[in-house]
Amino acid sequence: MTEQNANTEAARKVMIEMRNVNKWYGQFHVLKDINLTVYKGERIVICGPSGSGKSTTIRCINRLEEHQAGDIIVDGTELTNDLKNIEQIRREVGMVFQHFNLFPHLTVLQNCTLAPIWVRKMPQKEAEEIAMKYLERVKIPQQAHKYPGQLSGGQQQRVAIARSLCMNPQVMLFDEPTSALDPEMIKEVLDVMIELAEEGMTMICVTHEMGFAKTVADRVIFMDQGQIVEENNPHEFFDNPQNERTKLFLSQILDH
Amino acid sequence: MTTFTPKPDLPPPPNTVGVVGWVRANLFNSVPNIIMTFVGLYVIWLAAYWIIDWGILKADFVGDKASDCSREGACWVFIQAWFDRFIYGFFPDEEIWRVNVVFVLAGILLAALIIEAVPHKGKIALFSLIGFPIIAFFLLHGGWFGLETVETEKWGGLMLTLVLAVVGIVASFPIGIAFALGRRSNMPIIRSISIVYIEFWRGVPLITVLFMASVMLPLFMTEGTDLNKLIRAMIGITLFQGAYMAEVVRGGLQAIPKGQYEAADALGLSYWQKMGLIILPQALKLMIPGIVNTFIALFKDTSLVLIIGLFDLLSIVQSALTNPDWPGFATEGYLFAGFVFWTFCFGMSRYSQRLEAKLNTSHR
Ligand SMILES: Nc1ncnc2c1ncn2[C@@H]1O[C@H](COP(=O)(O)OP(=O)(O)OP(=O)(O)O)[C@@H](O)[C@H]1O
Ligand SMILES: [Mg+2]
Repeated sequence: MTEQNANTEAARKVMIEMRNVNKWYGQFHVLKDINLTVYKGERIVICGPSGSGKSTTIRCINRLEEHQAGDIIVDGTELTNDLKNIEQIRREVGMVFQHFNLFPHLTVLQNCTLAPIWVRKMPQKEAEEIAMKYLERVKIPQQAHKYPGQLSGGQQQRVAIARSLCMNPQVMLFDEPTSALDPEMIKEVLDVMIELAEEGMTMICVTHEMGFAKTVADRVIFMDQGQIVEENNPHEFFDNPQNERTKLFLSQILDH
Repeated sequence: MTTFTPKPDLPPPPNTVGVVGWVRANLFNSVPNIIMTFVGLYVIWLAAYWIIDWGILKADFVGDKASDCSREGACWVFIQAWFDRFIYGFFPDEEIWRVNVVFVLAGILLAALIIEAVPHKGKIALFSLIGFPIIAFFLLHGGWFGLETVETEKWGGLMLTLVLAVVGIVASFPIGIAFALGRRSNMPIIRSISIVYIEFWRGVPLITVLFMASVMLPLFMTEGTDLNKLIRAMIGITLFQGAYMAEVVRGGLQAIPKGQYEAADALGLSYWQKMGLIILPQALKLMIPGIVNTFIALFKDTSLVLIIGLFDLLSIVQSALTNPDWPGFATEGYLFAGFVFWTFCFGMSRYSQRLEAKLNTSHR
């Protein structure tokens, strides 16, 4: 898979480009010179210790957090303070959160059709058809008329994935999508994500599921203290880490 | 290998359920509680006895002047004789039907909103908020469609109380939402304006506001524009109430988890879509107790318009009490006014509880 990627890399389209991105929370320098290029169809896994800036990095991509220096270009649109650009990018970038963040006052189906109807101005009927298609893809069409509070965590997270997919995004961002789930539900969510990866979706996943990283990722990125420490294909990354810090981290999470 | 067989569900022991169980567990479960129960029952008995004896058994119900009263118990003749004034103020007798039409219409709309089985709640609510006030104004004020004009100086009593309260409640709500959103805005100017507005109005007593509205507002008006007293009072009450409403709304907004804002943002919803479709519908549910609380306070506060010369229910009752033909009816008068206020406030409180319960179940 990796070789094939390398061969076609030149011809492939850049989806996300982060150049020397810096961010501060007050005085706290949380992201330091982040450089990252993500090609269309690539699957990136970001890992690293708690507080290293993984969430902040991907949240900058859809402007949930604002960066103070450097450039972020998503699908040809540069992220500036221009609301038009921000809304344009958010339409093309789906995001799945650790705590699902479904809208509890709307049914599963309404959760899925809301953005297509209001943001994409899609007729309700069409939006519902598309929503049902994606709910089938994540294997919960029979829950369409329930409220999120009536579903298990794993089901809620799958709804959240379907909700994002309904906007037909170019890129999907996942921020620890399985870390709030009970062990028996992790697999059902990972299965959906693997399927999505196999269909060629461009994905950036912050996750500690190293099994997922090994099977799915084209590239694994290790972050610490606001910097990208190491970046490699999963095979090299896990078997032959270059940096001491990476080795330490891997020994900690793989051995426990 | 053993198989797991769940034990069957058994009913709870009989003396812990039903009325007997409840009485045992709540009223007679300890010596202090038993004493409290009997003291409480005695107090209730005293109050009930006085009310029944004074208010019904020894009371007078027929007659049309003060001398028809035996004065051994309550004399409800006083209320009867003044009833039209208490309810309609100085509205001309032959036009009172117009007020009644408005009352009946309001009653129908309210019933339609409360009774579960009635469909199209959204449309009815919209009509109640926009269509109804317009119709009510045309009916009450007249001057159109051959209806005789009844100047607002003649409005009074319960009718005026309700007009002030409903206008204050309906108009202060959007103001409250606007300033609550403003106070949470990222834009420093809008945020500052909102904070100044809210803190200003919350810092002054309503009496002062009403004085300012009746004395100072005309000073700012250009020559020749004559805003009438009632409208000035309405503006004052609405602006004042809007500040309180803003804080209630802000409390509701703050209770919505950050993740809801982020999910809406991540889906590409605009600010107004996010607020209107995601945040406010959820926040509103949390705000119901606070909203009703401020509404009840407003309803009672409308009595303060007395000081700028408007005669709401309480003021009219008071002026009837000073009538030389009807000396010594203060108890009856104040009981009546108190009862009417209580009925409305209690109704609002019950409605809010129902609404809360209903919204809660449908979302779990
Ligand atoms: N809103 C904020 N204000 C101030 N500091 C923040 C804020 N959000 C995050 N931080 C800090 O920024 C750093 C990076 O946070 P971030 O959430 O990106 O870490 P993370 O790598 O995702 O960690 P985790 O694995 O715990 O999710 C942390 O030290 C955190 O305390
Ligand atoms: Mg994180």
